[in-house]
Amino acid sequence: MAVSINYKGLNFRQAGELLKKAAADGEKQINLFNVNGQRYIAAGLKGNFFINIHGTPGNDLAAYMDGPEIFVMGNAQDGCCNTMNSGRVIINGSVGDIAGYAMRGGELFIKGNAGYRTGIHMKEYGDTVPVLVIGGRTGDFLGEYMAGGIIIVLGLGMEPCDEIVGNFCGTGMHGGVMYIRGKINPHKLGKEVKSVEMEEKDYILLEKYLKQFCAYFNESLHIIEESSFQKIVPFNKRPYGNLYTPH
Amino acid sequence: MDSKNFRIPSGCSICGIMNKKGRVFSGNDIIQSIALMHERSNGLGGGFAAYGIYPEYKNYYAFHLFYSDKNAKEETEHFLHQHFDVILGEKIPTRKIKSIKNPPLIWRYFLKPDSKRILLSDIEEENDYVFSCVMKINTYIKGAYVFSSGKNMGAFKGVGYPEDIGDFYRLDEYKGYIWTAHGRFPTNTPGWWGGAHPFTLLDWSVVHNGEISSYDTNRRFLEMYGYKCALQTDTEVITYTFDYLVRKQGLSLETAVKIVAPPFWSEIERLPKKEADFLRTLRYVYSSLLINGPFSIILGMSNGMLALNDRIKLRPLTAAVHGEFLYVASEESAIREICPQPHRVWAPKGGEPVIGFLEK
Repeated sequence: MAVSINYKGLNFRQAGELLKKAAADGEKQINLFNVNGQRYIAAGLKGNFFINIHGTPGNDLAAYMDGPEIFVMGNAQDGCCNTMNSGRVIINGSVGDIAGYAMRGGELFIKGNAGYRTGIHMKEYGDTVPVLVIGGRTGDFLGEYMAGGIIIVLGLGMEPCDEIVGNFCGTGMHGGVMYIRGKINPHKLGKEVKSVEMEEKDYILLEKYLKQFCAYFNESLHIIEESSFQKIVPFNKRPYGNLYTPH
Repeated sequence: MDSKNFRIPSGCSICGIMNKKGRVFSGNDIIQSIALMHERSNGLGGGFAAYGIYPEYKNYYAFHLFYSDKNAKEETEHFLHQHFDVILGEKIPTRKIKSIKNPPLIWRYFLKPDSKRILLSDIEEENDYVFSCVMKINTYIKGAYVFSSGKNMGAFKGVGYPEDIGDFYRLDEYKGYIWTAHGRFPTNTPGWWGGAHPFTLLDWSVVHNGEISSYDTNRRFLEMYGYKCALQTDTEVITYTFDYLVRKQGLSLETAVKIVAPPFWSEIERLPKKEADFLRTLRYVYSSLLINGPFSIILGMSNGMLALNDRIKLRPLTAAVHGEFLYVASEESAIREICPQPHRVWAPKGGEPVIGFLEK
């Protein structure tokens, strides 16, 4: 059974209590209506259930979340999936800055664009590998200080003057991988990363997440499949290891 | 004004609304928008700038003043009568609000500069004369602070949450074509009535989220041109910088933006020679006016509104347009609170200004 919560006029504390209670009651589908600006939605929630969000959720959506799946009919703001542990967030719109900040597991799919510092300090451990797929373009500092995980940028729906990623892409990156559709100008890359040839295993991995992406947002897979991708990886696991101590 | 030594380490919120046709609307929208971002401030400062609110006195300079006591008021009024024709002086109407404590005396004056005094002085421009009077009051009269000095506009600010400050000043009763607002979360500087945003000079007003690490470099440069930074807050240098670059140096707003938030040298190298040379020249000549540190600002002026981020976007900013309206805010939800389905919503890049001018 689905349950609905009207967020109109609620502050984030009141709203959070209602959502927490619905989750504790074992609801499997929770619909949030008239959401506008409430922070920390689903922060720290554990379990196996769905949350549908109608409106514009506030900062730190799904922060520390561990398990649930969220679908947002609209845009999300800054800090989406901050330090998320597991679960899935699907944004049928764009997001603000630092999406996927320190994300350590789970999946974030964004139909539109993402802001500055997307995927900053994402990390992975063992089989727990966070995945961030952006349908549009991103701002500067994509994957800054990235320590693990997978970032995929598709550049769909761009205007001729737009660029798929901003400057300083992968600055300080020391783990994980980014796949960026098309060619990007070498000056966009940070000092700590390089572009390498795609291999068979990369295409297998991409196909898996692109199929998901296309299913969520009704995109056609072949448009994406027909394009080339650039794979970006770090030179080194510890780029600043000798910053203060000589070799 | 006795809480100058009060410090709490910890974002801010900003928002602005402009009607491009110059049609006026009440302060309710801006209060509702800034109130949605309540969590971004901590009750130590809130304020508004409003343009178009004094149509019946639009040819006079509207001074808003804080006085800590009656002596400051007497001394200031004596100064005002010496330098201006005082058309009207009155208390700014306020409401009693439980959460707003210990307000200073708050007065406004509609002033016409004394033309004989201007002729006798070495100042040519009326604006410069008014500017020098503002600087004199703020520097030399103890306990007096001019927090607004433009024509047909005004700032309203204080210690409290912005929605309470808006209620305190009865902004629902005013109508303007541009409104900006600020909710404060003071970091490096004290929370006091004068330290609340906006910071204004003549028609300029600035609301700011962030901190300026180049404050002293900027201040030292501006002081050479008569600007006195007396308010213990980094934001005032932004107001003075735009006044200097645009009003005094005659540069366009777009050029001023390239000075305060210039492209990186590495970016300049990649541009066509002519453009690169121009940007290099700006960086050399006005190097002391580069504003460093994280910021998002909204600059209000009588003919428009400008919103700008630092070059690497260390503070949030969202813009939207709908019909005759331009909106900017720290958070998209603050715009949607008063305009649920804007025609277009976007996130400006760092250093890329959003500029709205009134359509003539």
